[in-house]
Amino acid sequence: MARIDLDLAHAYGPNPRSDEDYALLPLRFTFDDGGAYALLGPSGCGKTTLLNCISGLLRPSQGTVSFDGRDVTGDSPQARNIAQVFQFPVIYDTMTVGQNLAFPLRNRGVPAAQVRERVGQVAEMLDLSAVLDRQASGLSADAKQKISLGRGLVRHDVAAILFDEPLTVIDPHLKWQLRRKLKQIHREFHLTLIYVTHDQTEALTFADQVVVMSRGKAVQVGTADALFERPAHTFVGHFIGSPGMNFLPARWRDGWIELAGRRYAPPADEAIAQRLQAAGAFKIGVRPEYLRLARPDDEQAVPAVIERAQDIGTYWIAAARLQDHAGGAGVEGTDGIVGANGIVGADGSPLLRARLGDEAAALRPGETAWFSVFHRHTCYYVDEELVR
Amino acid sequence: MKPINQKAWLLVLPVVVCVAFSAILPLMTIVNYSVQDIISPERRVFVGTEWFRAVLRDGELHDALLRQLGFSLAVLLVEIPLGILLALSMPARGWKASAVLVIVALSLLIPWNVVGTIWQIFGRTDIGLLGAALAGLGFDYNYTGNALDAWLTVLVMDVWHWTPLVGLLCYAGLRAIPDAYYQAAQIDGASRWAVFRHIQLPKLRGVLMIAVLLRFMDSFMIYTEPFVLTGGGPGNATTFLSQYLTQKAVGQFDLGPAAAFSIVYFLIILLLCFVLYNWMQRAGTVAEEVPHA
Amino acid sequence: MHDPASRGGWWRAAFLLVYLLFAILPIYWMLNMSFKTNDEILSTLSLWPAQFTLEHYRTIFTDSSWYSGYINSLIYVALNTVISVTVALPAAYAFSRYQFIGDKHVFFWLLTNRMTPPAVFLLPFFQLYTSVGLMDTHLGVALAHLVFNVPLAVWILEGFMSGVPREIDETAYVDGYSFPRFFLTIFLPLIKAGVGVAAFFCFMFSWVELLLARTLTSVDAKPIVATMTRTVSASGMDWGVLAAAGVLTIVPGGIVIWFVRHYIAKGFAMGRV
Repeated sequence: MARIDLDLAHAYGPNPRSDEDYALLPLRFTFDDGGAYALLGPSGCGKTTLLNCISGLLRPSQGTVSFDGRDVTGDSPQARNIAQVFQFPVIYDTMTVGQNLAFPLRNRGVPAAQVRERVGQVAEMLDLSAVLDRQASGLSADAKQKISLGRGLVRHDVAAILFDEPLTVIDPHLKWQLRRKLKQIHREFHLTLIYVTHDQTEALTFADQVVVMSRGKAVQVGTADALFERPAHTFVGHFIGSPGMNFLPARWRDGWIELAGRRYAPPADEAIAQRLQAAGAFKIGVRPEYLRLARPDDEQAVPAVIERAQDIGTYWIAAARLQDHAGGAGVEGTDGIVGANGIVGADGSPLLRARLGDEAAALRPGETAWFSVFHRHTCYYVDEELVR
Repeated sequence: MKPINQKAWLLVLPVVVCVAFSAILPLMTIVNYSVQDIISPERRVFVGTEWFRAVLRDGELHDALLRQLGFSLAVLLVEIPLGILLALSMPARGWKASAVLVIVALSLLIPWNVVGTIWQIFGRTDIGLLGAALAGLGFDYNYTGNALDAWLTVLVMDVWHWTPLVGLLCYAGLRAIPDAYYQAAQIDGASRWAVFRHIQLPKLRGVLMIAVLLRFMDSFMIYTEPFVLTGGGPGNATTFLSQYLTQKAVGQFDLGPAAAFSIVYFLIILLLCFVLYNWMQRAGTVAEEVPHA
Repeated sequence: MHDPASRGGWWRAAFLLVYLLFAILPIYWMLNMSFKTNDEILSTLSLWPAQFTLEHYRTIFTDSSWYSGYINSLIYVALNTVISVTVALPAAYAFSRYQFIGDKHVFFWLLTNRMTPPAVFLLPFFQLYTSVGLMDTHLGVALAHLVFNVPLAVWILEGFMSGVPREIDETAYVDGYSFPRFFLTIFLPLIKAGVGVAAFFCFMFSWVELLLARTLTSVDAKPIVATMTRTVSASGMDWGVLAAAGVLTIVPGGIVIWFVRHYIAKGFAMGRV
């Protein structure tokens, strides 16, 4: 169990000049001892690179990695005493399950009796006791991943266990079982666990804290709630949530917010209002879960033309297009923005997605509905960053 | 499951025709000759299985067969481990990998008679580096006069010629092992030997089976290189099966016995080929277990 | 990322160096000899020529009995490679995509031809080719070499083709492609590595083969391999010319390897040689 401090960057070549030359932009972060963290982001965002810097399989081109205050940047993974579980099960084909689990201990010269005991404990924990004497190569993918995990757990003093998208090859109906097992292990052993994934459900359910990454940069770190409520960056708002956050382009005009050709009251928070005024153009972020239908006479309601309403089962998703004041669907000053959901109408008008209850059943395509957009869950973004 | 379509035969027909022309017709001729005594082109007598019996009783044939088996075994014992070592030592990436690949593969592209010529020259004590060096070190080395020297030279020549085949097969096999295995072994604290024994060797199993059988078979058919180097000598010390057959067929023009021998030779290879085919099918399914990531 | 497979330090580099030396030295020696005069060859032993000479190469390039050998070899090897790959392509496709009566048996039979000692075919080839008038022709040798090259080409191509998902074929048919058009414009580009590998191995095995090439030719299509062996049995060894001739036979091979070097590993990876 160790606290891991990172203060590093990693560039592809020897002389990085611009952001593109970096696989990992300068990052400073501490993983607390015994915490469960997820590194979340799309392919190519640098999460595996970061994981490999932590484990020692990759040496960052600049900066340091410290375990419990000790600089381990030059140390091998073995010296750092970490364990890593890979995307696909890595087991030794020639050995039985028991021999696989015993391997790391034997290599460290642990006495046979202790090895047996420890292997038994870990096998019990992972429900592998029944297959200890079977050839490891004959087992299913999830059993093999458990063996991979077991080889990490079997060492008493392991500093941290790192996971690189470990559920990739597991059948969907077995994924949740393994996830539960991981959480169980975390609770029992209080190990530092760092989990890389591109699946937000995995990240949000597994981790206490999630590091959201994009293009080599750690965009936001926070609990699942914080990421959901207050995404620090439009990327986080878009990436987290299904569907992601809606982003509506707006302007500041004469002390009012101008959205879709209509005027709305500025936010109550003075600081935010001042920043919006200074910026002039900005985006309003609101999650589909927080969009509610409003009455047409509500001054703060935003009109939009319904395109379709889908019954997902336990809820409805309504998709609507913003209107301007003149009643046509078209918004000035959108300057080719791709909305949070990646959809822009042919005329440039952004798409709103709302997650509603059964009241959505009454909505008809083509009719205008009114949405309450401005409330305490609403976020404001200037240059893609959250205004606080 | 592949769909059943008999019209696919049309696609296969050109291949069958080409190969049949060059394979079936000649084979039929051989079968024809093997049961006849051809005294002259006009006078042929049907003799049934007499030639086969004679061939199987032929003492010289037995000797040649034993020499052949000994040679093939020796070839395997040297080339397989050496090939594995070669594959392990070749760089995996970068310009060095390409350069080494080209140098290593070069010997495979040299016409077989030139291979013989190269070693013929190389081994001579008057004009060859190897021969002169050995003589200089005090060895009484003479590959034309001394049977052991001839054997060793032929063996070294074959090793020089064909080890790259084993090496390249194993090299490709090693490249197919995902990095994660090595990383996991590093994390588990495995020694270099453990990595070889538990990761590399098992994953090379399929490729090695192919290499072993290919080398065994090809060495069983060897003709040109030893012929150019030693001519089969001294005496018949290095006369292996193919040369023996050629001597009989073309040299002595004993068509009947030569044809019978051809069939026996062919059947031996066919048996080995059958084993090879089945082993490789199984090796193919084993190889599929290596995950692609 | 440090290459984990490359741990093991100095012994690997040392072994590789020794092996590369072993691999190159005999070839170098022949190269060395090809630039020495015959007198020098027979009198002294040295690692490089004291008197550098190009006379042997000049002999080869001017004496038609020598250079025609190269040309003949190149012709039939090229012919063979083209024919082998061309007929192998549709057959490999059939084996890869369909089941049909006798498919496994035909495949096996093809492999047996790769495994047959050429010595077995000597005599019947001689008689067969004489009777159809293919003796001493480039086509004759090219056809003879089909015996072992076509199965190999089918085998290699089938392996590569099986790596292409069948969905691509199906999509093309749904889109209205005729089979030839689909094969040429869509399928072939996808397996061009396989075609390269197959062509490489066909070239290789045809170029190096001696027995059949020598038996089936006498004058008109005599390949360089035959010319060289005849030189050996002639009275008085012309070592210099022999060495130069040998060096020149390595050149086409070297060029081919250089061009397909990226595909060599891939081809061997198929395990099909």
